[in-house]
Amino acid sequence: MRVALFLTCVNDTLYPDTGRAVVKLLTRLGVDVDFPAAQTCCGQAHYNTGYRHQAEPLARHFSDVFGEYDAIVTPSGSCGSMVRELYPRMGERARAEGRGDGLARALAPVVPKTYELTEFLVDVLGVTDVGAYYPHTVTYHPTCHGLRSLGLGDRPARLLAAVGGLDLVELPGARECCGFGGTFAVKNSDVSAAMGTDKVRAAESTGAEVLCAADNSCLMHIGGTMARLRTAMRPVHLAEILASTEKEPWS
Amino acid sequence: MSGTYLGMPAFPAAARDAVRDATLRANLRHATHTIRDKRAKAVAELDDWARLREAGRQIKDHTLRHLGDHLLRLEETVTAAGGTVHWATDADEANRIVTGLVRATGEREVVKVKSMATQEIGLNEALEAAGIRAYETDLAELIVQLGQDRPSHILVPAIHRNRGEIRDIFAREMERWGRPAPDGLTDSPAELAEAARLHLREKFLRAKVGVSGANFMVAETGTMVVVESEGNGRMCLTLPETLISVVGIEKVVPTWRDLEVFLQTLPRSSTAERMNPYTSMWTGTTDGDGPAAFHLVLLDNGRTDTLADEVGRQALRCIRCSACLNVCPVYERAGGHAYGSVYPGPIGAILSPQLRGTASEIDASLPYASSLCGACYEVCPVAIDIPEVLVHLRERVVQGGEFTRHGAKTTLRPARGHAAERAAMRAAGLVFARPGLLRAGQRLAARTRRIHPRTLPGPGRAWSATRDLPTVPEESFRDWWRRTRGRGAEATGAAGARTEDGEAGA
Ligand code: SF4
Repeated sequence: MRVALFLTCVNDTLYPDTGRAVVKLLTRLGVDVDFPAAQTCCGQAHYNTGYRHQAEPLARHFSDVFGEYDAIVTPSGSCGSMVRELYPRMGERARAEGRGDGLARALAPVVPKTYELTEFLVDVLGVTDVGAYYPHTVTYHPTCHGLRSLGLGDRPARLLAAVGGLDLVELPGARECCGFGGTFAVKNSDVSAAMGTDKVRAAESTGAEVLCAADNSCLMHIGGTMARLRTAMRPVHLAEILASTEKEPWS
Repeated sequence: MSGTYLGMPAFPAAARDAVRDATLRANLRHATHTIRDKRAKAVAELDDWARLREAGRQIKDHTLRHLGDHLLRLEETVTAAGGTVHWATDADEANRIVTGLVRATGEREVVKVKSMATQEIGLNEALEAAGIRAYETDLAELIVQLGQDRPSHILVPAIHRNRGEIRDIFAREMERWGRPAPDGLTDSPAELAEAARLHLREKFLRAKVGVSGANFMVAETGTMVVVESEGNGRMCLTLPETLISVVGIEKVVPTWRDLEVFLQTLPRSSTAERMNPYTSMWTGTTDGDGPAAFHLVLLDNGRTDTLADEVGRQALRCIRCSACLNVCPVYERAGGHAYGSVYPGPIGAILSPQLRGTASEIDASLPYASSLCGACYEVCPVAIDIPEVLVHLRERVVQGGEFTRHGAKTTLRPARGHAAERAAMRAAGLVFARPGLLRAGQRLAARTRRIHPRTLPGPGRAWSATRDLPTVPEESFRDWWRRTRGRGAEATGAAGARTEDGEAGA
């Protein structure tokens, strides 16, 4: 099986550790993972801000870069949902606008092969115990796209529950949006900040040391809020927890 | 829609004030969290919820596809049952019709059943201008009317008020409108309800004209349906001599059987009840029973334009249950007034810019009043994909393009104020089209990481005002990959991944 890592532009640029963690984790599980260097961005920010037409070449590029792989794994629920949910929709819209089947046909191959990391681990590899060790109290925030668009369900919780030394505590109001929402965080900054603050307060109330999520964009917003509120808690991507072992602890 | 909202500031500015109002936020948080938990329980009781939701979606879609036929059928059956049908293309026309009908009775006051359609057209204000007083009889609408306030929720218009505020409004204002509040009124719910009951009873018994909306119109029999909790609506529907119902054209359903679905999904979604306490149905007129004259005003007001939009038309499926408001984290913080329309919350954010067009500042800002978290879509009993329509309307705002307005195809220019964003999107598109450029940008950012400002200029300032920025790492992932795997690894793909270099743990 040829497996490609789709790291996303945000992770690549700002959170390379998450990418290193995915590589380490998958390698440990016996998966040969490739990082196609021509990859850039799935076009989600363009699409969600109203620039669908500008997202189309990015989607085509994604398809060109990843089309030949058997599986595409991404540690980002929202970018995963862009490919799986919105690429088909982009194809349909192009057709409805009388631009033919070209886009739909170009995007179709990558859609079913794209997996969010926890889906890949649980559904494709069939593992929930990845041999990780992470001796910390952790609370998990299920990000909106992972939760509602991809329907990750209890996959992340099952993976976390199997981590050695990890104490998983429930996050009150876990299903509520953290307030990031891409350009929403800038365009409606006051509401976004209020939502972020409530999320951080809820996380604090658990007494956990770490707030874990499977999407660095949301973690950037939550972490930025934590820093401003001088919270002792740390935001950590799920992949980094799963990559951590007793011999090689992750920070 | 109602002139009340003209000159409303755009959503972000209106929301900013709401976010800072601690009482408002506490009231809203309490109310929305209570109702959302109850709704979840009421819905969980039905094991066929998903199928009911799908059935509701299909009935509405099918009806909308043949809307003209169903409306003509409705006109026939209403007329045959002794009612009179009036067609109104917009708010002004609807107001003219209703005002004329009331005038013809010689009456100077009407009692009203809570109705979104009459609020949408600003009927109370239009009647007032014609010297006719409209009395709201729904408890929450009464609170809003007495308080000279605006409704902030579809179902609970006074959700932004707490008990203490309501007591003060009753004690201060009731006298000006009719029977005063009893002396020594406290803020206990029972006392407040009793004060309202006594105040309203006088109105019910005196009024000769009633004005209502309807939740559904059944085409096969010409029957109107109103579902409510208090029974005040039923009083207005049965006691007056003349009844005028103003209803949006999308409320028609073909048959009685279709009601079966909605009478299950609507109460559970809105008040979290298995069934609403009062369901009133009226068909034309009946000798010696109820109003002697019945008028139905069918309201378009932007609905056929909305119907012409392939993506946006799903908003017309809405049965106004308000479940989407109650789960929306943005509504919870911003409150209903910030939306600047009678339809607040997620449904308001897609319905108002479609019914009114996106020309005003408030309407152009509404599609962005969401983090696209999807909670609204998840609860909607007719499966309106609100996030999808929001993004579609964002596209209309920033890109312009063709759409239907007043029945004619119109080409819309992109809204002002998006030039910088458009340029940024274009630049990002260029960079993302060339991996080499992306890498160069990343390297530049890494090299200058020590001098990056803590706060951002321009629109980015809003971010750094409340959140710290992440620091740019010394090395992007792609550079790390290339450095540790080498060019060869890139070319052969998977081969390079076999050598784990230990750096991952660092
Ligand atoms: S959009 Fe859906 S959830 Fe919102 S009020 Fe309408 S029917 Fe209810």
